[in-house]
Amino acid sequence: MRQRIYVWQIPVRLTHWVNAISIVILSFTGYFIGNPWLFVARRETYASFFMGTVRFVHFAAAFIFLASVLLRTYWAVAGNPWSSWRGLFPFLTKRGRQSMLHAFQYYFFLRRDPPETIGHNALAGMTYAIIVLLYGMIIFSGVALFGELHPESLWARLTGWIFLFVSSPQIRLTHHVIMYLLIIFAIYHIYVAWLIDMEEANGLMSSIFSGFKFLHPDQSPDWIEPDASPAPAAGKASSHAD
Amino acid sequence: MPSRTPSLEVRLRDHGISRREFLKFCSLMTATLALPAAFTPKIAKAMNTAARIPVVWLEFQDCAGNTESFLRSAAPTTAEIVLEQISLNYHETIMAPAGAAAERSLAETLEAYPGKYIAIVEGAIPLKDGGIYCTINGRTAQSIAQEVCSNALATIAVGACAWDGGWPGAGVNPTGAVGLREAVPGLKNLVTMPGCPVNVVNLTALLVHFITFNELPATDQEGRPLFAYGQLIHNNCERRGHFDAGRFVEIWGDEGHRMGYCLYKMGCKGPQTYSNCPSVQWNEGTSWPIGAGHGCVGCMSSNFWDNTSPFYERIPHLEGFGVEATADMVGAVAVGAVVIGAAGHAAASAVRAKVQPSGVQTDD
Repeated sequence: MRQRIYVWQIPVRLTHWVNAISIVILSFTGYFIGNPWLFVARRETYASFFMGTVRFVHFAAAFIFLASVLLRTYWAVAGNPWSSWRGLFPFLTKRGRQSMLHAFQYYFFLRRDPPETIGHNALAGMTYAIIVLLYGMIIFSGVALFGELHPESLWARLTGWIFLFVSSPQIRLTHHVIMYLLIIFAIYHIYVAWLIDMEEANGLMSSIFSGFKFLHPDQSPDWIEPDASPAPAAGKASSHAD
Repeated sequence: MPSRTPSLEVRLRDHGISRREFLKFCSLMTATLALPAAFTPKIAKAMNTAARIPVVWLEFQDCAGNTESFLRSAAPTTAEIVLEQISLNYHETIMAPAGAAAERSLAETLEAYPGKYIAIVEGAIPLKDGGIYCTINGRTAQSIAQEVCSNALATIAVGACAWDGGWPGAGVNPTGAVGLREAVPGLKNLVTMPGCPVNVVNLTALLVHFITFNELPATDQEGRPLFAYGQLIHNNCERRGHFDAGRFVEIWGDEGHRMGYCLYKMGCKGPQTYSNCPSVQWNEGTSWPIGAGHGCVGCMSSNFWDNTSPFYERIPHLEGFGVEATADMVGAVAVGAVVIGAAGHAAASAVRAKVQPSGVQTDD
């Protein structure tokens, strides 16, 4: 029988969905701010605030996204091994490198068995390192552009120095290009999750709602866990074996 | 010498400028400096009683545009009033002496008022090949600026060129042109007033501030006075209502352009440029670029020829993807490629699942 194991804790699932929804909202509103293609302001200007509303939604979603990323950053230190920041750097350990090679061979049809892991596979972990970097860059550039509107604000104080080194149009271009990179990531991310869900039959897709994955009792420990740790059977506080 | 000079009001009356006009000027200066109205009499008093400050105006790699901006305005001009209160001892474009006599008046000013004159620098300073691309009387621009500015009471770098190299320093920068701050590092009391050209009202207000308070105004991280460069154009723009409503000019000369809609989509750099243009305006408050129907090109921001071009587009083109490739085109192609790649991988995986079923136990 497979075991039902609690992998994704509440902050991980919460921030995942807040990020997902806010990125969708931010992409639509952000594209519109860059290129306001829709003309809706037929009435006098005092009666219409469409661009203003789109920008308000963008800024509100941006601060919610920032809060979510900060919570997830905290949880990368405070959470269980599968939500740890160590998952971003698989190339630092031997087992991590082996797991990366395994996943790489599987994705390129060089190996039949998928990389069965409790948390992320190692290659996915490294992808997330890039995503975390892109999050950091898009948040910083966004806060800098927001601070540009409010030169006396805290946001301008925190990020305004960047304009001494990078011009404002280049910051805008960076902010815009990272949106496309995140859209590309979202497509890849959903496709691979669907593929692994089918191949490993471990309930991966539903796990981001429920937190539970379905794994074999004899499954070897994750690349991220300490060597000494036993298989994810009994004795682990975070696992709930059926 | 200063004590025997009649007061500014008396001298202005000789020029046909009434006390009323002088006080209007003082009010304008108070408003430009963002001071409370109570400062108007203080400014008037200081302007009347202060000793005339000697000023030397240096021109290097420039088009004399800042000089033109300073001199070409309707009478009675702000420049006329402030020119009565300063003593412009050296200015290549407008001075009477030429050649050796002109250079002598510069040397005499430096000698007679050491550390007591104001230096105004217009134009970029070339550093390449020993600075030979701009020399006056056999001396390089850098060595003249070094001598004049390091002994000045205060130095004002006017225009984009004196700020960061401007037009001579744009693109490949064949002469190695830089701004004053880089050419003569470590200058104390240096204020930079970028713009192409600098606004005469702001330059005058800076001089009035110095005459009234004996100190330079507060500046931002790039050395620009906050009273003139502290506000985002976008936040004070007369077309802001159209921006918030979502009414934009789409093509030059379209209906929206004739109706005065926002120029954001035509590449206006108002949302990223700090200047008091919308309130002070140009040519004695007649109009300003956005008011005249042309987007801001961001001439008061750093290295604007390189950084804010293309002037008529919202964001710059992506380098390395061809001349006409916008970020949106590259992004759309990349997203499409990933969708096709994922679909291809899915199809290949489906074939594999048929040919070679998975080894994973399914607990059936």
